[in-house]
Amino acid sequence: MTRLPAYFGNYGGRFVPEILIPALEQLETAFIEAQADPAFRSEFQRLLEEYAGRPTPLTECRNLARGTASRLFLKREDLLHGGAHKTNQVLGQGLLAKRMGKTEVIAETGAGQHGVACALACALLGLKCRVYMGAKDVERQSPNVFRMKLLGATVIPVSSGSATLKDACNEALRDWSASYERAHYLLGTAAGPHPYPTLVKEFQRMIGDESRRQILARTGSLPDAVIACVGGGSNAIGMFTAFVADANVELVGVEAGGLGLDSGKHGATLQAGRPGIFFGMKSRLMQDGAGQVEESHSLSAGLDFPSVGPEHAYLQDIGRAHYVPITDEVAVAGLAELARSEGIIAALESAHAVAYALERMRRDPSRSEMLLVNLSGRGDKDIFTVDGYLREQQASQEPGGPRP
Amino acid sequence: MNRYERMFAGLTTAGRVAFVPFTVLGFPDLVRSEAWIEAMIASGADALELGIPFSDPLADGPTIQRAMAAALDAGVSPDDCLRLVDRIRQRHPELPIGLLMYANLVWARGPARFFSACAASGVDSVLIADVPLDESDEFLHQARSAGVGQVFLCPPNIDERRMKLLAERGFGYTYLLSRAGVTGSEVAAGSPVAAIVARLRELGAPPPLLGFGISRPEQVAAAAKEGAAGVICGSKVIELMLAEPNDLEAVSSRLGTFVRSMVSASKFSPS
Ligand SMILES: Cc1ncc(COP(=O)(O)O)c(C=O)c1O
Repeated sequence: MTRLPAYFGNYGGRFVPEILIPALEQLETAFIEAQADPAFRSEFQRLLEEYAGRPTPLTECRNLARGTASRLFLKREDLLHGGAHKTNQVLGQGLLAKRMGKTEVIAETGAGQHGVACALACALLGLKCRVYMGAKDVERQSPNVFRMKLLGATVIPVSSGSATLKDACNEALRDWSASYERAHYLLGTAAGPHPYPTLVKEFQRMIGDESRRQILARTGSLPDAVIACVGGGSNAIGMFTAFVADANVELVGVEAGGLGLDSGKHGATLQAGRPGIFFGMKSRLMQDGAGQVEESHSLSAGLDFPSVGPEHAYLQDIGRAHYVPITDEVAVAGLAELARSEGIIAALESAHAVAYALERMRRDPSRSEMLLVNLSGRGDKDIFTVDGYLREQQASQEPGGPRP
Repeated sequence: MNRYERMFAGLTTAGRVAFVPFTVLGFPDLVRSEAWIEAMIASGADALELGIPFSDPLADGPTIQRAMAAALDAGVSPDDCLRLVDRIRQRHPELPIGLLMYANLVWARGPARFFSACAASGVDSVLIADVPLDESDEFLHQARSAGVGQVFLCPPNIDERRMKLLAERGFGYTYLLSRAGVTGSEVAAGSPVAAIVARLRELGAPPPLLGFGISRPEQVAAAAKEGAAGVICGSKVIELMLAEPNDLEAVSSRLGTFVRSMVSASKFSPS
């Protein structure tokens, strides 16, 4: 039986083959003990400050909110070492892996941001790192593949299934079921079997804790809405947790609308999925009538996942958070606008959250709201994808239609 | 007595352990799947372990993954699979038949409805690869009310608490894992299992069948020596099917030869 609660309402649990249960129990115990150990906490804190660059700034947009009565604040996780929020919890889990005496690390990655974070933490901490990545993602996130290799990690392309993040997740669990004695599975988001959703949340919650302090100090009040993109859910839960008890703060998760919810080609699990069991957890899942897992779609690899962390499914059920879709097209437009107006190139994932905030401010420009957006990562990895997308879009708008 | 108990009693009298082949229902399509299962029964398979294809089989290695993907590509649904089981049951009323499932296929239909459909098709037991003992309450309850038993995996790293739970909840047989990792004949069966077998017997757990990495007759004899009640062999069976899948007769005859070789190694030599 688990020592910490394994469920958030009806969601969560540990749906893995029996062979992995002892490894999950070992991890839960190590996590509980580490959290109670001042030496662990201070080492984690020291790495966050001196190595990764915490606290990250809170930036108020100077230009984007013009013409509206709203104020827009960005939590700058893009400025964290590694280029995304992923580094926070990877440092925590890396220290846990050392504490458990593991010498190897297994990871799955979609956008490659988690893979890069793992690779750098493993280089720092002296762990051997292998990263499973869908073959399709290896192609569309090639800058991150180069970074992982440069950092000394082995990248293993996965071509089974849809050759994206979900298949990399399966493959990481398969590897772990044979290697758990020496390897730690460094899962990259607040999802998967217990204790990962809880552990990753605890190692990401400084995002919201810092933001809450920063915005109170800056403005004297709490934001009206806190907005974050949701792939597996780690940057969003890291941001939301500090605000869950503030009943007047609206929590908005932005999912991948892909080509639109009606097209079926999207990653909006919380809006279009049904409860199901996949990747070691009970959560919302995109699936067909028989229960076969469906492939998700998003231009952004980090949101291209057919399930979601169990706590988000729970926050949605109890009405504490709500979730909205932003399409590929709107996200790219948001990315471009943020770049030109504020001089910040956001990750495509984070651009979903920015684009939602822009839509919201402009829907009723006279409405005065304070919006806090988690800018979960920087967009260097996405420049080729975005460039290709914009070219194609331009071509299809020229008279004569799309190029052959 | 249920079908498994009658099978084990018969085997004890015959001085043999069980040989149980595994295949993926509907692989490579429904027609060939049915013919090849019949060929294995005709050659002496003592029971069947059958997988319903799932999109994300995380306990399986590349061979069974390929088979599941091929069956799904052929358009095989869980209902098609249960109808196929029903036809096998009509022809072999005494043969123990177990299903190997992934949780979402059970969950999506609703456990109560799923297990009733299994019972109606003549399924004796269901093993859900990604439902460990600690998560099994709800499934077990629904399976029992439908009259279907549940089989559990017993990995080499199991502890005493979970072994007791297994003894309490398991039905038919215990799926004893020969090693860590996923299915596949690339990594052969591993560690000696005699100690776990002895403890399972003391606790009154269902008889253990050894699986994962079983592909050769010597391993059947070795399993018998360690006290296992038989073996389960999956990836090797599928490899034989993958070799020239378009030649139905050739595969049937190769499967027949293989099953006979495994069965003839299943006599236990009194130690
Ligand atoms: C910058 C960035 N934001 C968000 C995500 C989505 O993950 P999560 O929902 O766990 O924050 C990713 C995933 O790769 C990412 O790289």
